[in-house]
Amino acid sequence: MTTLLFIEQMLNGLQFGVMLFLMSAGLTLVFGVMGLINLAHGSLYMVGAFAAAAVAAATGSFVLALMASLAAAALAGALIELTIIRRLYDRDHLDQVLATFALILIFSEGTRWMFGSFPLFLDVPSVLAGPVTLPGGIQYPAYRLSIIVIGLVVAAGMFGLINRTRIGIRIRAGEADREMIAALGVDIAKLYTFVFALGAALAGFAGALVGAIQSVQVGMGEPVLILAFVVIVIGGIGSIKGAFVGALLVGFTDTMGRVLLPQVFGLFLEPSAAVSVGSALASMLIYILMAGVLVFRPRGLYGVA
Amino acid sequence: MKLRSAALAAAMALTGATAQADVKVGMITTLSGGGAGLGIDVRDGFMLAVKQAGRDDLDVVIEDDQRKPDIAVQLADKMIQSEKVDVLTGIIWSNLAMAVVPAATAQGKFYLSPNAGPSPLAGKGCHENYFNVAWQNDNLHEAAGAYANDAGLKDSFILAPNYPAGKDALTGYKRFFEGDLSGELYTKLGQTDYAAEIAQIRASGADSVYFFLPGGMGISFLKQYAASGVDLPLVGPAFSFDQGILQAVGDAAMGVKNTSQWNKDIDNATNAAFVDTFQAEYGRLPSLYASQGFDTANLLISAMVKADVADADAFRAALKAAEFDSVRGDFAFGDNHHPVQDIYVREVIKEGDVYTNKIIATGLSNHADAYAVDCKM
Repeated sequence: MTTLLFIEQMLNGLQFGVMLFLMSAGLTLVFGVMGLINLAHGSLYMVGAFAAAAVAAATGSFVLALMASLAAAALAGALIELTIIRRLYDRDHLDQVLATFALILIFSEGTRWMFGSFPLFLDVPSVLAGPVTLPGGIQYPAYRLSIIVIGLVVAAGMFGLINRTRIGIRIRAGEADREMIAALGVDIAKLYTFVFALGAALAGFAGALVGAIQSVQVGMGEPVLILAFVVIVIGGIGSIKGAFVGALLVGFTDTMGRVLLPQVFGLFLEPSAAVSVGSALASMLIYILMAGVLVFRPRGLYGVA
Repeated sequence: MKLRSAALAAAMALTGATAQADVKVGMITTLSGGGAGLGIDVRDGFMLAVKQAGRDDLDVVIEDDQRKPDIAVQLADKMIQSEKVDVLTGIIWSNLAMAVVPAATAQGKFYLSPNAGPSPLAGKGCHENYFNVAWQNDNLHEAAGAYANDAGLKDSFILAPNYPAGKDALTGYKRFFEGDLSGELYTKLGQTDYAAEIAQIRASGADSVYFFLPGGMGISFLKQYAASGVDLPLVGPAFSFDQGILQAVGDAAMGVKNTSQWNKDIDNATNAAFVDTFQAEYGRLPSLYASQGFDTANLLISAMVKADVADADAFRAALKAAEFDSVRGDFAFGDNHHPVQDIYVREVIKEGDVYTNKIIATGLSNHADAYAVDCKM
């Protein structure tokens, strides 16, 4: 493999990683602050993508579509927090899994009812269509490069929000001891709704960004949800920093595994066997990574005991 | 239903008629989740033919397998044991078909496949009660390989998902393609990001790309391929270019050559009527999946006219004869109960605002599958 190809694949891994970060940031906050397992996080990702596709089809503007995805997912998030999720904080995890799984089904069939079973069209804006040439002569899709930039900006914004603002202090305090901050006069119910809507908005935003280069269809959120859970388990539940590091680790591992493993096996197996063994192992690689991290750090890389 | 059957039976007893018993069909297909568009098309095509036939001795029970093999197996058990169906049909995905079909045919049920055609069921694992109305999985890919030779392509990069139909796909393409292979990849089933694969294609030095990525996987791949700036010609089977997903791919699919046993411009009266009535009934153009569902139902109805389902041998012979008007024109089964048919090369075009396909050549004529020789029936 040439250096150029290697750098291109590193960029692909980075892009996949920042996208996963957008998805897992909300999940880890909700889990960390409220102690809630939210399986319906993938549905919010789907809501964002569908909202973006619908708005893009109606107005033709990608910027409006992105804003619609943020608004629609935040709204859907706030709505389910106020009506359903709120009742689950004091229940055990099994009840939460059951209720949020039901939400997945409701969201999926609701979306199918509104938009039909066939995938929707959402294209990248024409300014970002096609490749750009990076220093060193690497051709890389402009849109993916923008995802990397946007993802890093959002990540920086999240760090700022959590570490530098009053609301961030409250979120961290809520994570550490929710009874105490309630006693100190913080409206914990409002804080929870805010955190949930924020996480939902990020997921919806990720859905819209990715929807433009993938297919916008019912059920698109669940495969990503599984990866997001892997990310937060690796990073340590509740830690934004952990989610960021975990997302990049998963992004790089998955991308490089898919590229390198078949080639590695090609050194000592016949080509067709190498391809199938390599591909099979590549799809397991992130779970092996997760298991490996958990052996040495049972609470994840940045988890607190 | 029970009541009606009972009433019917009573009426028959009174008149002393020797009319045949009702045929009960169990359709297990994918109606929710990622691959739902395919199952819905098969169901709609099938039910359109049932409606047009207007027979009141044909009952269809439809269930959703959610694209999960375990659920498909449960549904099949339920349909065979408690619903007492005579014929099963509907499965889209080869891994689900492999989980359901052998057990169903072993229990003496007929299975008519409207889509999946995994190679084991065409060769060593063939069964007298299993009929495939669509194609053996390799077929469209074989035609694509033959087309690539005709188009003067010398070096292909090929990729498919890592599941039975994906392996059949690449095997089929390689069986006919005479050029070199710069790369061969199996991706994860349901994978949505192909950046790593596209980078490898760019670096490979191939002169063409052959890919089999059905449903949403194909949409993702095509959009990302268009954005990557790699401009090697793409060839694929019809599954990535069917009517259901073309609108979601948009311009990225324009001009791509793909192979199919059916297209809406095949010139025969049955097909023209099918395309019109399907559009009138459902408000969209039919896909190849819908055409396969339609043919499956018409095959079943043609057998019902000739034989009683209770007489398995006669019913099987009636199915084998396949005397129905297919939307593909002539239709015949080979000895392993898989179609022997023409496979066309289509090109993606735009008609007004709608993306669709037109036939530009015949890829393979009267083509049978390569596994038939292993089938001892």
